[in-house]
Amino acid sequence: MSLSDRLHPGINLAGTDPESHEAAEEVLFGFWIFLMSDLVLFAVLFATYAAMSVQGIAAGPGPAEVFDLTAAFLETLLLLLSSFAFGFALLAMKYRENRRSVLAWLLVTGILGLAFVGMELHDYYVMVTAHGATPQVSGFLSAYYLLTGTHALHVSSGLVWMAIMAIQVAMFGFDKRVKLRLMRLALFWHMLDVVWIGIFTFVYLFGVTS
Amino acid sequence: MNWELIFGQITWNSFVFAGAIENPSLSEFIASGAGTVAVLGALASVILLTVKRWWVPLWRDWLTSVDHKKVGIMYIVTALVMFARAVIEGALMRAQQLSAVDNSGFLSADHFGQLFSTHGTIMIFFVAMPFITGLMNYVMPLQIGARDVSFPLLNAISLMLTIAGAILIMVSLVIGQFSTGGWTAYPPFTGIHFSPGEGVDYWIWAVSLGSIGSTLTGLNFAVTIYKKRCPGMTLFRMPLFCWTTLCTSILMIFAMAPLTVATVMLALDRYAGFHFFTNGAGGNMMNYANLFWLFGHPEVYILILPAFGVWSEVVSTFSSKRIYGYTSLVYATMCIAVLSFAVWLHHFFTMGQSADVNAVFGIATMVIGVPTGVKVYDWLLTMVGGRIRFTTSMLFHINFLLTFILGGMTGVLLANPGIDFQVHNTLFLVAHFHNMIIPGVLFGMFAAVQFWFPKAFGFRLHEGLGRASFWCFAPGFLLAFFPLYWLGMMGATRRTYMWTDPAYLPWLALAMAGAVLILTGFGLMVTQIVVSVRRRAELAAPLGDPWDGRALEWSIPSPPPAWNFAVLPDVSSRDPFYEAKKAGTAYRSPEAYEDIEVPRNTATAPLIGLFACAWAFGLVWHIWWLVVVSFVLMWAVVIARSFASDTEETVPAAMVKAANEAFLAAVRATPGVTRDQEMTAANRGRAIPEGWEGGASILTSGAAVGVSR
Ligand code: HEM
Ligand SMILES: [Cu+2]
Repeated sequence: MSLSDRLHPGINLAGTDPESHEAAEEVLFGFWIFLMSDLVLFAVLFATYAAMSVQGIAAGPGPAEVFDLTAAFLETLLLLLSSFAFGFALLAMKYRENRRSVLAWLLVTGILGLAFVGMELHDYYVMVTAHGATPQVSGFLSAYYLLTGTHALHVSSGLVWMAIMAIQVAMFGFDKRVKLRLMRLALFWHMLDVVWIGIFTFVYLFGVTS
Repeated sequence: MNWELIFGQITWNSFVFAGAIENPSLSEFIASGAGTVAVLGALASVILLTVKRWWVPLWRDWLTSVDHKKVGIMYIVTALVMFARAVIEGALMRAQQLSAVDNSGFLSADHFGQLFSTHGTIMIFFVAMPFITGLMNYVMPLQIGARDVSFPLLNAISLMLTIAGAILIMVSLVIGQFSTGGWTAYPPFTGIHFSPGEGVDYWIWAVSLGSIGSTLTGLNFAVTIYKKRCPGMTLFRMPLFCWTTLCTSILMIFAMAPLTVATVMLALDRYAGFHFFTNGAGGNMMNYANLFWLFGHPEVYILILPAFGVWSEVVSTFSSKRIYGYTSLVYATMCIAVLSFAVWLHHFFTMGQSADVNAVFGIATMVIGVPTGVKVYDWLLTMVGGRIRFTTSMLFHINFLLTFILGGMTGVLLANPGIDFQVHNTLFLVAHFHNMIIPGVLFGMFAAVQFWFPKAFGFRLHEGLGRASFWCFAPGFLLAFFPLYWLGMMGATRRTYMWTDPAYLPWLALAMAGAVLILTGFGLMVTQIVVSVRRRAELAAPLGDPWDGRALEWSIPSPPPAWNFAVLPDVSSRDPFYEAKKAGTAYRSPEAYEDIEVPRNTATAPLIGLFACAWAFGLVWHIWWLVVVSFVLMWAVVIARSFASDTEETVPAAMVKAANEAFLAAVRATPGVTRDQEMTAANRGRAIPEGWEGGASILTSGAAVGVSR
């Protein structure tokens, strides 16, 4: 099999760095499977939310009363833009191998991601203070906080991972290990977009029309 | 001084011994006795390790190792230790139920509740799971001609997380109580209102650690099988054990997540007042039932599929025949794996869905019987016309075929919602699932130990004692569990600690006798291992092929070197080693040797396991500083590891060559044995393939020295 036949998910390095490309096949496939198991986890959370948001409202507020669509829309933009920025970081890694530009793009990604988490925390704050909508109020809110909270936790751990990768880029430059890790982090980050789009659609858009 | 800040909710009364002092009763003495045994056992191990100066080798050669073979052995040792505890608990429950006809027996209701909860939880998560995982670890990479799994360190981390969970359950013997909610831990009973103590929290965190470990195992093995097969090893040339490993791994990837989510939700309900499964405020326990069995049913196939793989290897090897219906076995395995996600509802037919829904799931359940039936016929037909040897493994196999079919029949009965309404929650069900799990999974693992032990350690197990243990286990199982079918039909409910109906007595007595036989069988098995270690010189089979094996693992020395294969094999058929022996091309020297990279040992995995265990313990007892500290340390280890660069070492080609040529020379110098001599001291691990005795002379002398490829 020629090198360029061995494609794997995410950015491929066949053209620029054959050695890393060869090593990437197994590692990225493994990470792809991990993401799949992570998606199963989210699927289960979505299913729980679907049941709870209809049957679990009890005496608490319903979705339409507590969600702020504008905030959710801005969060969507932030997260998608941060993924976009990460794409540039990887392109810079692949074609330029330039520490500065990769670090700069990672910084942009990180700031956007941080802003996303910050806004989400603010959402929670508003929900709790303005509507008294804590997770202890009803099954629906429990499911809501668990679903969005798990996603936020993923984003936050992605940010920690990103900080560590920034240090490693600065320390080690672009050796094989660092490249493969950045490639995996990118997949992780993009997957969180996909999950968020699910949340935006099924939780927020459906929610405000309910 | 605020003790709670330091010790959380642990008080003097949490220790099991306090119960015996404050409230002396047989039940409490037994609890304290168990606690004492746990403490003394730990102490005895520490003393033994110190006296024998084994601490350093234990750490250096085992705990820090990432070699799949050692990881596999450690998994199996864990499983056996936990089995010893759980099987005693099973017998104790039998004794209680026997003694409690028309009186309350010798155990308190609460103690009995803890016993069936720990017994079930341990047997599933810390006996059956580590047993199959250990076996897949050891055997699968050897069978596909790989040097290790795809992610060796991750593999060691899975092991250490599993051990951390097992330790947590052992700790619950001494500090605090365990849950009384059974292995399924249904809320709202396990919610904070009805179970306010630490017991359910022990269950939650022990199971969570185990399930995370299994998720990682599943992805690791699946990737290994997809990416690490040796040249020529197409998927349809893999031994069946590898197929079942692949399907089990895929099931693990998909099925463990619902369990993790369910335990986390239960924890949030208990710790933070959420309302997933509570009675009020919109909670709904049916969500738990669905999530749990969305994991729970695939779980039973996670357990049985590797055992099916073992049976396929055992029956073809000890019949000296190629497995009958290879392709049908592969497709049957895949069908079972897929269908296993479509039947979870049969675990709660009685919990409120409409008759139509029940009918759909009932039929789906019966359909699974079809591929399983295909397998049974394939195994039977494999034996037809074969050269059958009634070794211990083979006896277990035949016993499996007979009893597993009966268990399957009762399963089909239970798949009828109408019948299930009558016998659900009775001992009929307990009989059914033990009937599948014991002859199927547990004995499958025992057979696997008999089969692959010489591969792992270089000497065979004592055959006489093996058969003796079989002749206790097999009838012991029948006696212990068949009476429960009758009891169940008479209306005896499960998880019940006392009875009023004297008609139960004879059946309970029979079941007790069976449990004693099972314990005897286990005793004999332990004796067998001890005796075999003592007589290892006479049982030695270092040349690697004591049973006239068929797959690649038998072509290398026993025990195999750290790098498994001196040169990666190139295969061109199924049963590649057997074919090579027949063609006279086995044991050839390769043209050239190359340096081999193997991963260095690392303290990463054991440290992660240690901190995970401390973290879970802190959570159980609300020791918040410990929770925070161990969580941070756990991730600090991961991060520190990511900065390490020198993680591999090179085995020079010369060293590989010396070892491999010495092995090949020893093989060529040793006359092979026929199957008649399999169990004699003449069997050093060089086999004359069945039906080729006439050609033995070409195979025995040094004449076969040749160069492959
Ligand atoms: C080998 C001897 C064994 C004996 C004597 C034994 C005995 C028992 C008994 C007496 C019970 C309680 C029945 C009741 O509810 O009244 C039980 C439950 C159970 N056993 Fe076993 N057992 C054995 C092996 C196993 C094995 C090998 C497994 C699985 C790998 C297993 C899994 C379970 C489970 C899951 C439960 C249900 C626990 C619950 O109710 O939550 N057992 N067993
Ligand atoms: Cu089931």
